[in-house]
Amino acid sequence: MSSTETLPIRSADDVVLVRQAVRTWAVRLGFRLVDQTKLVTAASELARNTWQHGGGGQARIEWVTNGARQGLRLTFTDEGPGIPDVERALQDGYSTGGGLGYGLGGSRRLANEFEIASRAGEGTRVTITRWR
Amino acid sequence: MSPFTPRELSTILQTHQTDILADWLVRQSEAGAPQQSGELRQVSAQFLRLVTDALKDGAGDSVHAPAWTDVRELLEDLSRSRAREGHTPAQTATFVFSLKRPLFDRLQREVNGDRLSGAVWLTTQVLDALGLYTVEVHQKGREEVIARQQTELLELSTPVVQLWDGVLALPLIGTLDSNRTQVVMENLLNRIVETGSRTAIIDITGVPTVDTLVAQHLLKTVAAARLMGADCIISGIRPQIAQTIVHLGVELGTVITKATLADAFKVALGRHHLVVAPSGAA
Amino acid sequence: MDRIPILKVGEYLLVTVQVDMHDQLALTLQDDLTREIVRTHARGVLIDISSLDLVDSFIGRMLANIAAMSRVLDAETVVVGMRPAVAITLVELGMSLDGVRTALNVDSGMQLLRHARDAASGDGVQH
Repeated sequence: MSSTETLPIRSADDVVLVRQAVRTWAVRLGFRLVDQTKLVTAASELARNTWQHGGGGQARIEWVTNGARQGLRLTFTDEGPGIPDVERALQDGYSTGGGLGYGLGGSRRLANEFEIASRAGEGTRVTITRWR
Repeated sequence: MSPFTPRELSTILQTHQTDILADWLVRQSEAGAPQQSGELRQVSAQFLRLVTDALKDGAGDSVHAPAWTDVRELLEDLSRSRAREGHTPAQTATFVFSLKRPLFDRLQREVNGDRLSGAVWLTTQVLDALGLYTVEVHQKGREEVIARQQTELLELSTPVVQLWDGVLALPLIGTLDSNRTQVVMENLLNRIVETGSRTAIIDITGVPTVDTLVAQHLLKTVAAARLMGADCIISGIRPQIAQTIVHLGVELGTVITKATLADAFKVALGRHHLVVAPSGAA
Repeated sequence: MDRIPILKVGEYLLVTVQVDMHDQLALTLQDDLTREIVRTHARGVLIDISSLDLVDSFIGRMLANIAAMSRVLDAETVVVGMRPAVAITLVELGMSLDGVRTALNVDSGMQLLRHARDAASGDGVQH
């Protein structure tokens, strides 16, 4: 078992594959059911964002440790238009692309750690971590 | 002079596996190894194979890295079965530590003078870590039993009671902490599904204080139950708790609250179109 | 392209979602349901999600859309069988699914649909 897996996000089917991969990893790491569900749901939101707003990109799933703690770190990157106002994007209900923007704010709530780096015209990278 | 690498150790293990295994088995029986020799031979051979692979793939990684998962699993199984047989953690650790001498002997023959100490050091590090791991696993096993007993105790001390068809009650008693509340609430939601009950009364008469976190968990549970198709009524809110809730600015929204469990039960009956009437017998 | 089957049960339509839906499948379901409600004059829609181990904002929106559209077509929608882990996650996600009625299982869902229909008909007919 390796400690990371990278998947492309280029289509709606890829979003499903990312979900399933994250589920498999979460089960392997022994996450409780509710925590698995939160992580996989966050992954679904972020993967969809990457595909729909970011024009496609990739997801990296990483097994991480912090002392005795074990967790999963998911990183979603795209080379899309980027998010000019990250703070606003993190608020629920905000979205530039039509449809309610629950993706970012919701994902942050579902994760233990959340990081986002994005600038207009420079793509986006979102990293979430959930500890077991 | 290049440092001795894990990959080199892996190669030596692979090349001389038969001899190392034989030597190791002798050491183990000298140390009083508990298993039948056939089984022991199998487990030991398997261990050597897995360690060989782990050293190759996960060169330099700690034994807690994914490359060592198979090795760890083997040690866990060994630890568990020996614990069951009543052996001590130290005895299981001997399984690992008794491999040192055979390996060192082999290294003396295969590695030249200057690099030998580096090789011995690397080997020591790996085997020490693995030996310690078996002790950790023993400890963890014991802790897991205790934790499981605690959760069971928790569930026993906060049982979900079926008051009527479709009406559940969860009488909470004692101080709630965030962790306990989460476990208890998840249990409630599962019982709602299992019993098909669309009303759940959460009674906090027996809870002296509630902090923001617990209040939020309660409200999230109510919201989750609603999403599932059930409604919760919170009863038994004492004056102090009511003050805390207002003071903390926690929004109760549309959650129904009642002073007593009896009042809540009345509401529940009404919702299920049930009425309690005198039987006429006297 | 695969689609999720829609069953007619009396005056109601029953949909059982059992697969991990990709977005297109969800959109197709919305369209198919709308069409079927009109075609069969269905008075209600029951969506069984008891097999779903995940409901994200897209699926949540789909459910809300179906509820809204069916209401316009004079039919009620009830979503049944949401799993606790899913419900807890949706709450954390911030989705309240307003406008979507829910019930614990198909039986109580059917009951809800019948009551809703009786209430809506308002002609005082007792059943």
